Amino acid sequence: MGYGFLFDVTKCIGCRACQAACREYNNLPLDSGLDRRLPKAQWDEQAPLTGNNWLRIHARIAQHNGQTVWRFVRRSCFHCERPTCEAVCFAHAFYKTPEGPVLYNRSKCVGCRYCMMGCPFSIPKYQWNEIFPEVTKCRMCYERTKIGTPPACASACPTRAVIFGDRDELLHIARTRIKENPGLYDDYIYGEKEVGGTSLLYISDVPFEELGMKTVRSGRITDKPVPEYTDRALKWTLGVATVYGAAMAALYVATKNQEDKGH
Amino acid sequence: MAKANSEGFYYWEDYYTEYDAIFGGKWHFRMSWYRIVAFALIGLMLFSMAYRLVRGLGPATNLNDHWPWGLWIAFDDLCGIALAAGGFFTVFVAHILNLKQYKYIARASLITAWFGYIVVSLGVLMDLGRWYNFWRPFVSWGYHSWLFVVLLCVVAYQGVMTLQFGHIFFERVNVPRLKEVFDKILPVLFVAGLVIAFLHQSALGNLYIAMIDRQHPLWWSMLIGVFFFLSAVFVGPAMCVVEGVLASKAYKKDFRHEVPLLEPLLKVSMWVMIIYLAVRLIDLAARGDFLAMFEGSVPSNLFLLEIIVGVIVPIILIAKRSTRKSVTGMVAAAALMVGGVMLNRMNVVFTSMYQAMGGSYFPFWMEFSISIGLVSLLILAYCFIVENFKIMPEEHEHHHEHHNEHHGEHLELQHAHN
Repeated sequence: MGYGFLFDVTKCIGCRACQAACREYNNLPLDSGLDRRLPKAQWDEQAPLTGNNWLRIHARIAQHNGQTVWRFVRRSCFHCERPTCEAVCFAHAFYKTPEGPVLYNRSKCVGCRYCMMGCPFSIPKYQWNEIFPEVTKCRMCYERTKIGTPPACASACPTRAVIFGDRDELLHIARTRIKENPGLYDDYIYGEKEVGGTSLLYISDVPFEELGMKTVRSGRITDKPVPEYTDRALKWTLGVATVYGAAMAALYVATKNQEDKGH
Repeated sequence: MAKANSEGFYYWEDYYTEYDAIFGGKWHFRMSWYRIVAFALIGLMLFSMAYRLVRGLGPATNLNDHWPWGLWIAFDDLCGIALAAGGFFTVFVAHILNLKQYKYIARASLITAWFGYIVVSLGVLMDLGRWYNFWRPFVSWGYHSWLFVVLLCVVAYQGVMTLQFGHIFFERVNVPRLKEVFDKILPVLFVAGLVIAFLHQSALGNLYIAMIDRQHPLWWSMLIGVFFFLSAVFVGPAMCVVEGVLASKAYKKDFRHEVPLLEPLLKVSMWVMIIYLAVRLIDLAARGDFLAMFEGSVPSNLFLLEIIVGVIVPIILIAKRSTRKSVTGMVAAAALMVGGVMLNRMNVVFTSMYQAMGGSYFPFWMEFSISIGLVSLLILAYCFIVENFKIMPEEHEHHHEHHNEHHGEHLELQHAHN
């Protein structure tokens, strides 16, 4: 089992040290304020991921125990166990590494942007102003995770709201936290089942539905990996195509024979 | 016809005289104001293409992170390929069912389909961010992707259609031996072409299976590939009607001659539409989203428009014998079907996705100019081919007598086509 993140919504204070660390480690430039594609941000939750922003902490106002509260939610690549971006890429430019990160190989990319359409979380973003753009997203700081070091964001977090480790271990930690703090957490680990499991896990006190996340329990996202659906269709269609071709050939021969008899 | 002599050689003169008389041995392309406008639009397209290649997708389009796919995918690719389906439908009728009277229609729509595919490929190339990498998938197989199937189909279908066209090409360009080779491999090409067309149409729909829980349930379905294929089948005859009407207008022919040929095809369309409608509604009911079409939202209303105006009304029009056999009834049904299928593809790309994608998108004028320029290019190429190769349906004998009454350019034109 590979590495992953556990993000604890109750611990995040919204300082965005992780965002700064991500930008610094990955050498990401600031988005130009003149880019007409970026909607003018009013509240933080509207600031989207972009080609130069692989990690965002979104602020959300939620109702919790009769109070209006701020909650901060990490938004970055989920590093799915069976990624849709890998399955839909026709040049195999995306791949899941054994260590956990889902990586992108720019030299194979054709630039069709099917990954951006397919991603269940709308994570991959594009360098629209480049002549030969790349698809960009969180890489889980692969050079670091490869040797077991926490990625930049996890190292920078002052409250340990995001921790890095083996996915199975993180699931265990999440369950323990929920069990040891009765009444604090919503009894749900986000990312355990969503699209067949993701390497970025969340626990929260405010229900995830109120944080704008599609959960399996609300029926708004599937618990099966998306590639399972596309593979099933692929198998069926190839079978049907074979039968279809055979039927066409048979029909051709039959009508031809009839014509020859007629003469 | 040319005959082989005892040594197996062909008489050059036989071919020469036959085609020299028909074509006058010259290539020609008539200019008119419409065509000048079309050339101007192509010029604008070339400018937009150059701008897109030099400056990149960002400045040349309004595509953004919310809407990575836009007008080009919806119009050039999904609509274009669906409407090129006239090609494979008529090949099926003329060559697989072996109904002789359709062979010339099959030729005309083969040409449109062939050029349609070339034009679509050109459009898709513009849409690719790293277009110089277009060959990558052949080396680095993403065989699990439906886009991989689409790519294989586009390339293979173009190959098959080019080979099919070889049969027409070497009729005009006088190489009887090559023509014989092309004649021999035709049956294989027909079957291969039909299988590829089936795969391509359904693969375009199946691209959207990956958008599960993002696409509106009125459109997302495991069967979306079947829907794309069936709608391509029933829009095939409709495209033959539309193309027939336009061509007979442009070339001053009487469309009524084609009515008895096209009417049975439309009847087939009707049955396919009934199957399509039934499967779509049953599929919706089985997934428990049947009532979503009555919720009054924008997607649900567009769904109803697509189904009622684009499918149910044409079924009724065609079912009635008198409308089916009249030119107006036929053209009305065909136009609604074509419009309905285009609306369906637009809905799949835009209407069904906007709730999940967020943001906003309206195509930049350069995106429009490339799409419109590609259509102009297609039309001009079609005209050139029709005026220089033996494509148009031959009219009945009695019609030939009228020719003598025509004068000047018309006479020349008519001869060119008969």
